[in-house]
Parts: sequence; structure tokens; C-alpha cells
Amino acid sequence: MAEETLVRPLPQAAARPAQRNRWGERALQINAFFAYFFLYAPIAILVIFSFSNSSFAGVWGGFTFDWYIRLFQNARLMEALRNSVYVALISTTLATMIGTLVALGMERFRFKGRTSLDAVLYLPIVIPDIVMAVMLLLFFSTALQLINGMFGTAMRMNLTTVIIAHVAFNISFVAVVVRASLKSFDWRMEEAAQDLGANEWATFRRITLPLILPGIVGGALLGFTLSLDDYVIAAFTTGPGFSTLPIEVFSRVRRSITPEINAISTIMLLASVLLVVASQIFQSRQHR
Amino acid sequence: MAITQPTLTPEAAAPRRNWQLPVLLGPAAFWLFWFFLVPLVVILIYSFLTRSATGGVDWIFTFDNYARLLSDPIYVTILWRSVWIGGVATLICLLIAYPLALFIILQPAQWRSFYIFLVLIPFWTNMLVRTYAWMTILNNNGLINSFVTGLGGPRLTLINTEGAVLLGLVYGQLPFMVLPLYAAMDRFDFRMMEAASDLGANKWRAFLRVMLPMTAPGIAAGSVLVFILSAGNYIIPALLGGNKVTMIGNQLELWFRTAQNQPLGSAAAVLLMIMMVGGVIIYFRTTTEDDR
Repeated sequence: MAEETLVRPLPQAAARPAQRNRWGERALQINAFFAYFFLYAPIAILVIFSFSNSSFAGVWGGFTFDWYIRLFQNARLMEALRNSVYVALISTTLATMIGTLVALGMERFRFKGRTSLDAVLYLPIVIPDIVMAVMLLLFFSTALQLINGMFGTAMRMNLTTVIIAHVAFNISFVAVVVRASLKSFDWRMEEAAQDLGANEWATFRRITLPLILPGIVGGALLGFTLSLDDYVIAAFTTGPGFSTLPIEVFSRVRRSITPEINAISTIMLLASVLLVVASQIFQSRQHR
Repeated sequence: MAITQPTLTPEAAAPRRNWQLPVLLGPAAFWLFWFFLVPLVVILIYSFLTRSATGGVDWIFTFDNYARLLSDPIYVTILWRSVWIGGVATLICLLIAYPLALFIILQPAQWRSFYIFLVLIPFWTNMLVRTYAWMTILNNNGLINSFVTGLGGPRLTLINTEGAVLLGLVYGQLPFMVLPLYAAMDRFDFRMMEAASDLGANKWRAFLRVMLPMTAPGIAAGSVLVFILSAGNYIIPALLGGNKVTMIGNQLELWFRTAQNQPLGSAAAVLLMIMMVGGVIIYFRTTTEDDR
């Protein structure tokens, strides 16, 4: 332990025992305690009451698993869940491919219009989701009206329009994550591979792709989570009869608060925790 | 770090082939053009049109929508409320998050990743779920009220107030403030604090004159992010404010879905977008690429 103290990383240098500011440290600890309490207490309450045998979400009525069993018997919710997973899988796959390609292009080359493309790539991240939602609602309804009028079809908004919308914002998020991982990528490695006789495709597949894979997976996980969680954009770009899980949950929450919603929320929470753990494990592999 | 960083510019490293740019940029350019830029132009055009009697649009060019938004007291109140609630939420987040990030960075390395992990979980958790959690606490028959009335107290009005919306926003966006601050402190060389104290500054002065300015890019990044997410929020005011606390996001929904006033809604969306993009441009102008 004594040796370890000597080679400790820089931040500890500020907290050397001799200079330790006890009041300051205590204040930081108290703030941290309350901050974490603030972050986790509501979540804990939510989870606890999902096991409550009472139809009021604020009253404890004994332990039960009933609410979870009811969820899985609820055909509407199960369909909404299937829709959510379907939308998230397809939109994430598309956005990951498109986002990775554009990240490579942006980091690799300098070209005319690069700054403009850069700005357009950042915009979907910067503007509020409600603005993106109304923008796409207006676009889809106008475009479908035009198409239906021209070809006599009766196309309406459905899960496909939701997927298109999710790809549109996820390209940007994937591109940001992949570009961050490309910042530390040494492009000379590609050159070295080509000097050794590899063609472009072999260089990409054997050298570039394996090295930036953690970034790509990180971007994909983020995109998947964003798509799965999105209420606002999905609610505006879907048509009647096509609900995702957040849409279904939101409409129930507005009507009443029941332990059943606590149960769905707990499952959604668990899914997020699993996704964070997955992304953390993947990142620690990258550093090894 | 410096050794592993490429010293050659990408261009010098390898010549570009003709097919490479279209293949790499084409798909994204196509998607963003059709499903982002064109919708942007559509909403911009709508914002200058006139609402027809049937709730559609007439092709009569006008500035009225913008004029109404900025003069009608109802809309000015909503815009102003969004800005001040967003601003106060940002400030409170900053006041909690800065000491929290400082606490985390001063922990031994193995604990640091654990504390960051604890921030990441709410960061990745569905906002709808996290807001709902507060509904079960603040509701009229929620946890606090069933506790208070159980003790014989009066039923408190907690939900559907500005306070509830503010609380929900701070709760929702706190992780978004902690992470950029942590990243900025991670880049800060804490030996500078020692240098400052060797030169005679006390802790407080060293913090104000050295650490605060050096971590300012993190403060700016976190604040811009939290302000945008708060002022333009839809879910949190909808659930914790009900119909009592309307922010611009909720009013947008009303215009587009219920009231069928697409031109006015479009103008508000454009205005909101300009505000947000303006904030981001200021942020990018005042920081360098390394800061971010």
C-alpha cells in the first residue's frame, strides 16, 4: 500500500494528508451523499411499490408479484414492447452503418463542404426532441398527402416512419461516438498495412474495423437505448394503431397511477442497467 | 499520449480515392437531406403561411405568426416561463453537480469508476420512467400525501406546480451536468492547485483563480446541454405540470395535434430552434476543440 501511495495518479496529490482541508472534504462528502440519495431514492420507491399488493401506487399493501404477471398477460403492452424492439433493432442497425461511414469520412478526409456537413450532423443532437418531432410530423403528413394524391395510394404514418425518424437522429449520435474513438486512431497504421500489400478492403476489415469496434459498439448501444426510450418523436411520427412501449406507458400514466405501471417501469429500468453494464464491460475490454 | 497521436494529417497519410467520399458520406448525406433538411425547410415555409378556416393552411405569405408569438401575452408568458425554468434548473444542476464531480475525481481510481457508474445508470434510464417515479411521490394520493394525511395533516398540492416541474427537470438532467464537468476536471492538472498554494494562495483563492477558470469549458458544455434539454422539455412539464404549467414544448404539441394551428406552431418551433442553435454557436465560439 505504501508503494502505491507514491505512484498514485495526480488528483490525489491535492489531497495529501498534510494539506487536507477537512471542512472542504466533509462538505463534498455531504453533497455527494445527498446527490446520490436524490438520484436513487425515487427509483428505489418506484421499484418497491411495483411489488405492492394495493391498487394505489402510494400505499403499501403487502408483497406480491401479481403486477408483473398481469403485464405479461396484457396483449396490448406485449405488442407495444415488440414494436419498440423492432423499431430499435432496425433503426440502430441502419444508423450504426450510416453513422460509422460518415464518421470515417469526416475524420479521414478534408473536403469541400466538410464544415457544413459537420454542422448538419450536430443539429439533430442540439435541437430539442419536440422540435424534431413536429418537424417530421409536418414533413411526413405533407409528403404522404402529396404521394397519395399523385398515385392514388392510401399510405399513412406507421412504424416505418418512426424508424426513418429514429435513424435520422441516431446517425448523429453514432457518428459522434465513433468520431471520438477515431480521434486517437493512428492513420499511419492503414498506410503500413497497404505498404505490406493489403488492399483497401483488407486494410479496413483487418486493421481499422477491429480498432474502432469498441467505438462502433458504444455508438450502437447508445442509439439502441435512445430509440427504445424515445417517447416524443415516436408519438408524433407514428399512426393510429401503432404504439411503442413508451407511447403506451405515457398514455397510461396520464390516466392513472397504478403499481402495474411501476412494474413496467421497473422492467424498463432493468433493461437500461443491463445496457450500461454491457457498454462498460465493452469499454474496459478496449483499454486492456 | 503525444506519442500515440498521429503526427501526419490524414490526407498526407493516404491519398483519397475517387469512390471513397461518396461511399462514406453518401448514405448519411442522403438521409439527413431528406429526413432532416427538407423537413427543416418545410417547417420554415409553414411558419410564414396563414392558417385556413378549416385548420389547414392557405398559401398567403405573412410575418404574423412571429409577430403574434412575440406580442401576445399568452405566448410571451409561455416562452418566458420556459426560459426561466430552464435557466433555474440549469443553475441548480450546476450547484449540485460541480461539488459532486469534484468529490468523484478526488476519490482513489478504483472508487472513481464506481461513482461514475452510479451517475451513468440514471443517465441511461428512460426519462419517462424517472419522471413517473416523482409522480408516484408527489401525486395527490402519492407517497408524501398519504404519509401527511395519515398523520392527520392536510392534503398538499405538490404536483402540477412550477416547483414540481423544476424538481423534475433538475432530477432528470443532473447526470447530463455531472459528466461534462467530470471530463473537464479529469483534464485538469491538480498539481496546479499545489503550485498556487506554494505561491501563497489559500485553497479558496486557488480554486477561484485557477481551477474554476480551467474547468469553465466543462461548465459551459454542461450548462448548454442542460438548458436545451430543460427549456425545450416536453415529458416533464406534461407529467409533473399537468395543464397548469405549460412550457413551450407542451404548447407545440397543442398547436400541432389539438388546435391545428400549424403555421403558429411552426413559427414557435423555428424560434426555439434559433434560440438553441444560437446558444450552441456561442459555446463553440468560446471554446476550443481541446476543451470539448
